Amino acid sequence: MRQTRAIELGTGLFVLLGFAALFFLVTQITNREFGLGDGGYRLSASFEQVGGLKAGAPVSMSGVTIGRVEAIEYDFDEYEARVTMRIDHRFDRIPEDSDAGIFTAGLLGGQYVGIGPGGSETFLAEGDQMQFTQSAVVLEDLISKFLFSKATEESAGKASEEAPQ
Amino acid sequence: MFAGLLRELLQSLRAALEALGAYSLFGARLFMELPRALLRFDLIVKQMHNAGALSLVIIMLSGLFVGMVLGLQGFDLLERFGSEDSLGTAAALGLLKELGPVVTALLFAGRAGTALASELGLMRATDQLAAMEMMAVDPVRRVVMPRFVGGALSMPLLAAIFSMIGIFGAQLIGVQLMGVDPGQFWSQMRAAVELGDVMEGVVKSCVFGVACSLIAVYEGYHSLPTAEGVGRATTRTVVISSVVVLLLDYMLTAVML
Repeated sequence: MRQTRAIELGTGLFVLLGFAALFFLVTQITNREFGLGDGGYRLSASFEQVGGLKAGAPVSMSGVTIGRVEAIEYDFDEYEARVTMRIDHRFDRIPEDSDAGIFTAGLLGGQYVGIGPGGSETFLAEGDQMQFTQSAVVLEDLISKFLFSKATEESAGKASEEAPQ
Repeated sequence: MFAGLLRELLQSLRAALEALGAYSLFGARLFMELPRALLRFDLIVKQMHNAGALSLVIIMLSGLFVGMVLGLQGFDLLERFGSEDSLGTAAALGLLKELGPVVTALLFAGRAGTALASELGLMRATDQLAAMEMMAVDPVRRVVMPRFVGGALSMPLLAAIFSMIGIFGAQLIGVQLMGVDPGQFWSQMRAAVELGDVMEGVVKSCVFGVACSLIAVYEGYHSLPTAEGVGRATTRTVVISSVVVLLLDYMLTAVML
């Protein structure tokens, strides 16, 4: 009898430790900030260019993560990308004239949606669409623009040098 | 001579197919017995003690050292790119997705699988299984099932413990010894690791647990009733388990990545 109880105790400890480890891995190692349910309210915004934004990317205000990107679809009525975001209930006072932009975290980091607060007294609610958006910056575009302007500058410089002669 | 080789090849192919079929039938039979076996939970608890609780020490020790090595190697590699802050991410993902389930399964096959196979093999060799049949007790139901279920249930828990200890091992080396910032270590890990990564490890370890336990009880139950037969059953358990685990690991990774 005593042996059986020792076995049961050992097994109980083992199972407890196993589930504690599982719980630790799920809660402490992962980035679950909003619990398991898909609580919160939905906002959408249309962007001309979403760049490398992915579903699941963070939505942040002043660097604080307030939600996640839920879906990215192409809208054939406006010929723009429509980004649906799920915002946590705690952040339910975003002015309706706020603007949304797509930014890159660091030089090589992932892209995220940044929301800059507006000044309105009415707040965005479930299903609202954000009016002011700023597209993602595509690095290749930027580089080609830069090189192009550099080239025109140089040719203009050469032309002005040649002119006095 | 050529014809002889061909015949041998065909024969071994046929033997392999037969073994696969026998395994499938045995697995299906165990699956059918599952509801009834769960009623005798006391037997399963005893086997979880054998397969799980008694494997704890080796699993925890191995997890600690694997984690420490990850910390050391990861630091050395990441430092070259000046990104030693993401050591936590590298260690956690490596442990959760690959090393945790696979190394635990290999250790499990060596520690618990061999114990199961030799125990069943010895029961077969000493006619204990035959005696049970004489008393109208189904040895599959009474002896094999609790061992199979106990082993299969223990494996995911062992893998989770392994991964957790491993992450602390990596933290021990990376943060305490190498001077990675502890805030960066944990926060970068939390930012990068998703619930799906943890689930991938859990799914893998469940599959490995079922596979290793099935192989161990099959080999033990079907061993030849001789001293040599028991020895061969334990060897085959380790060899087949290791190969199957690595094979399944590739297939599961390809599916879930």
